[in-house]
Amino acid sequence: MTTLNPNVAAVLDQAPSPPPPSALARAAQRNRGDRWFFRVVTAAVWLVPLLVIVFLGVLLVSAWPAMRKFGFGFVLSKSWDANAEGGEAYGALPFIYGTLVSAFFALLLAAPVGIGVATFLSEVVRGKLRSVIAFLLEILATIPSVVYGMWGMFVLAPFIARHAQPQLKIVQTHLDQWFGKGNVPIFQFRGFPNGLGLGTAILVLAVMILPLIVSISLDAMRAVPTSYREAALGLGATRWEMIRIAVLPPARSGIFGACILALGRALGETMAVTMVIGNDSSIHWSFLRQANTISSIIANEYGEAADLKLASLMELALILFVMTLGVNLIARYLTGKLGIKPAVK
Amino acid sequence: MNRLLKAVLAMCVAICFASAAKAQDVTLTGSGSTFVFPFLSKIASEYNKIVPGVKINYSSVGSGTGIKQISDKSTDFGGTDAPMTEAQLKAAAGGEIIHVPLVMGAVVPIYNVPGVDKALIFSGPVLADIYTGKVNQWNDPAIAKLNPGVNLPAADITVVHRSDGSGTTYVWADYLCKVSPAFAKAPGRGTTLNWPVDNKVGAKGNEGVSGVVQKTPGTIGYVELIYAMQNKIAYGDVVNPAGKTIHASIESVTAAAGSMTSPPADLRMSITNADGEAAYPISAFTYLLVYKNQTDASKGQALTTFLKWAVTDGQKFATDLHYAPLPENIVKLDQSKIESITAK
Amino acid sequence: MTKHPTNHANYRRWKNRVVQGVMIVMVAICIVPLVALMWTLLSQGLNSVSFAFLTHLPKPPGETGGGLGNAILGSLLILLFAAVFAVPLGLALGIYLTQRDGTRLASFSRMLLDVLSGIPAIIVGVFIYAIVVRKTGFSLHLGFSTLAGSLALAMIMLPIFARATEEALKAIPRTVDEAGLGLGLPRRTVIVRILVRAAMPSILTGLFLALARVGGEAAPLLFTTQRSDFWPSHGVTDLATLKPLLEPVASLPLVIFEYSKSPYEDWKAQAWGASLVLVVLVLAIRLSTKAFTAWRYGGQGTHV
Repeated sequence: MTTLNPNVAAVLDQAPSPPPPSALARAAQRNRGDRWFFRVVTAAVWLVPLLVIVFLGVLLVSAWPAMRKFGFGFVLSKSWDANAEGGEAYGALPFIYGTLVSAFFALLLAAPVGIGVATFLSEVVRGKLRSVIAFLLEILATIPSVVYGMWGMFVLAPFIARHAQPQLKIVQTHLDQWFGKGNVPIFQFRGFPNGLGLGTAILVLAVMILPLIVSISLDAMRAVPTSYREAALGLGATRWEMIRIAVLPPARSGIFGACILALGRALGETMAVTMVIGNDSSIHWSFLRQANTISSIIANEYGEAADLKLASLMELALILFVMTLGVNLIARYLTGKLGIKPAVK
Repeated sequence: MNRLLKAVLAMCVAICFASAAKAQDVTLTGSGSTFVFPFLSKIASEYNKIVPGVKINYSSVGSGTGIKQISDKSTDFGGTDAPMTEAQLKAAAGGEIIHVPLVMGAVVPIYNVPGVDKALIFSGPVLADIYTGKVNQWNDPAIAKLNPGVNLPAADITVVHRSDGSGTTYVWADYLCKVSPAFAKAPGRGTTLNWPVDNKVGAKGNEGVSGVVQKTPGTIGYVELIYAMQNKIAYGDVVNPAGKTIHASIESVTAAAGSMTSPPADLRMSITNADGEAAYPISAFTYLLVYKNQTDASKGQALTTFLKWAVTDGQKFATDLHYAPLPENIVKLDQSKIESITAK
Repeated sequence: MTKHPTNHANYRRWKNRVVQGVMIVMVAICIVPLVALMWTLLSQGLNSVSFAFLTHLPKPPGETGGGLGNAILGSLLILLFAAVFAVPLGLALGIYLTQRDGTRLASFSRMLLDVLSGIPAIIVGVFIYAIVVRKTGFSLHLGFSTLAGSLALAMIMLPIFARATEEALKAIPRTVDEAGLGLGLPRRTVIVRILVRAAMPSILTGLFLALARVGGEAAPLLFTTQRSDFWPSHGVTDLATLKPLLEPVASLPLVIFEYSKSPYEDWKAQAWGASLVLVVLVLAIRLSTKAFTAWRYGGQGTHV
């Protein structure tokens, strides 16, 4: 065992001398300054809960008159009439229908395509081609909602009116023959085709949420360790088998989360939807009929609403908020599980 | 980087000082009726040429929203074709609101029927039946009876209505309530109605309704005359209570206003279904809504000066846009109303 | 009975090819709407875009020759002030979440930021109308204004920017932090002058990405900024009293919305022009930011 150099030992033996008074003062000032700094930062951070509480408060207080008057029946009622016989009567069902149907079917269309493209980008292509496709998806992701609405109104709707609706009319007659008239009216429409309606809204929404599904699914797949892939390939798997066995299962919750997140986005979408959906506050079981969503009716009627109608619109807003909140929380849980940083919207 | 920033800043300050010569601007914010938007937009632009310091911003969002926003005091003035109800007047946050009739216009039935190129003739009861869903085919006997010799297709009528709170809807419904008891029952009068029609499309603003009818065959809608004319959309003539088929025009609207011989004190008037051989039955006044007690002195001054100009000199811009200028008696009543506005 | 090895292998190979074919089809489906959209945007938009279009003021309906200069300026102003509101709060959140990670307020704030990010844009607009724009009731009584629009956009931007700031600060190695403290610097100086400064490029990236994201939003502006046919007030007294912030302002997304619904051909053409300008603006910000990040830092970036 070595002995310490006596000089070092001497230094170590001494008790640490107290710091000079000026240094103490500076340290205290440093601490005080730091404490103030953190007080300011913390105060700023408290603004966030404050904001959320004020938000919820405003929503609840404004919606309360409608909640009290209509109770739970609001969610199941189809009327939206200021001049109804028993007095004003408002209900949420047509808007909930429009919101859910448009979002779910948009997801149904976009998910397979999105996951397919993500798989393609992750497993099949490299280099130049991947960058080009990724670049194109970036552009799709950045296009604002109003521009999608413009495209929907001026390009997609006339296209559907001219080319799709006449064909779907024929399909509808077949459906009427097989199932009886009016039993499966999914392609029914009245009057001349005008291209506006639930179907067009679904298509536009699908295009809008596609980039989101691709990017998050891509992340989920990239996060799968290469060793998994190598293991599968080493056992003689074809590329598709490798993807099926080694990549998709571990990425499953991330992909699921991507879809749910995209659903949340579709539920809250306003501008593009309101420009193509036709604004008919009724429930028609057809893709080619007009409809309305919660965000669309709020955009259209909030400006003039007062009293009970305003309260009803705010209650609708509350319902929409709860829907998107629930969906987003599920999505974050699913993507968080994989350690992927959840995309914020 | 810092130098560049300083240069940009200096340039901005220079631009501001360059325009410092002008007196302080007043911006008047208004919103409401899409019915009057082309006219109001025109006179706002003309007024700004005469009085460059006053900028008038008018947002075409529908009478319903216009009423709400002036009640909330979010705007300085409102535009509406639907006079405010007692309940709405009571709810106005800034006190008493004055209705200032600005100009008159006509609501016309526009349509897009393939194969029909001449003006169709409608009657009140037929329009009411279309808008309550009783008549839903273009070749319905009721329409055919009014239009002998016209080849009407056997197709569904797609009814286009306003999806936002609309004074044009109010005027349309006001007329239809007077000619059809069934319509008066449902949907009744109002700025947003629950149309009992199966095949319908909602559109925002006069602009939206004209846009949809313009490009969709089989549709019928209701808009202010200028929207049909400026965009060359076919519009029908309407049979008035005297039995005459009237084409909407400045003259026929003026004739309808002529029936208003003793206007009420608050100037909230309805001239639909007016008596008179030459009167167009779906005519209406459109109003500007202002608070009687203006709290902002400079804005109040600017507003009253603008209003005085609008109901006198401003009227000359009406005819080019096919609005009917105010009759003399209404102008005088307007002027006394405007005098009563106090700008503290 | 085992399958013949070669036949089965061929079958598997065939399946592999089919699936890859399907994937290519998916990519094609993806590209088609994009190409259609870009084509329409360019062909219709380029017709209306001209120097006059970009710098003149709008004309009344039915008159041709108007421009959207004030809408472009208005959009930029709103974005500028949205950043003014979102940046300090976002920085504070990022600092707090990295420095005080693990406290209840930190996890609570994270959860609430998630809640905020889930609020649909239209509801944010309605909320800001209720507490900022209205001149009656429980509100700031500001009226329709640039400021109200900026507040609405800031509320939407905040979760995105705060998360980006947190990630940026987290990415700085602890050694930098410790080195600063070891030199005797107070914690606040280390944070502000060393950590934040080191993270600045990533923070700015996050800021610009967030701005590109909210720059195209129309729903939050519907009930907060209204519209304007004039330039924002720019006299000296007006600037001193902050008048341009307190009056209605034109913005590209709302102009597109308004003009697109109209029947006036001239306005519809202008709506396409405005769409092109807006897309170019937002794309320019986003793509240049991403390119810069990829060039400097290669690969990682926040998902927006």
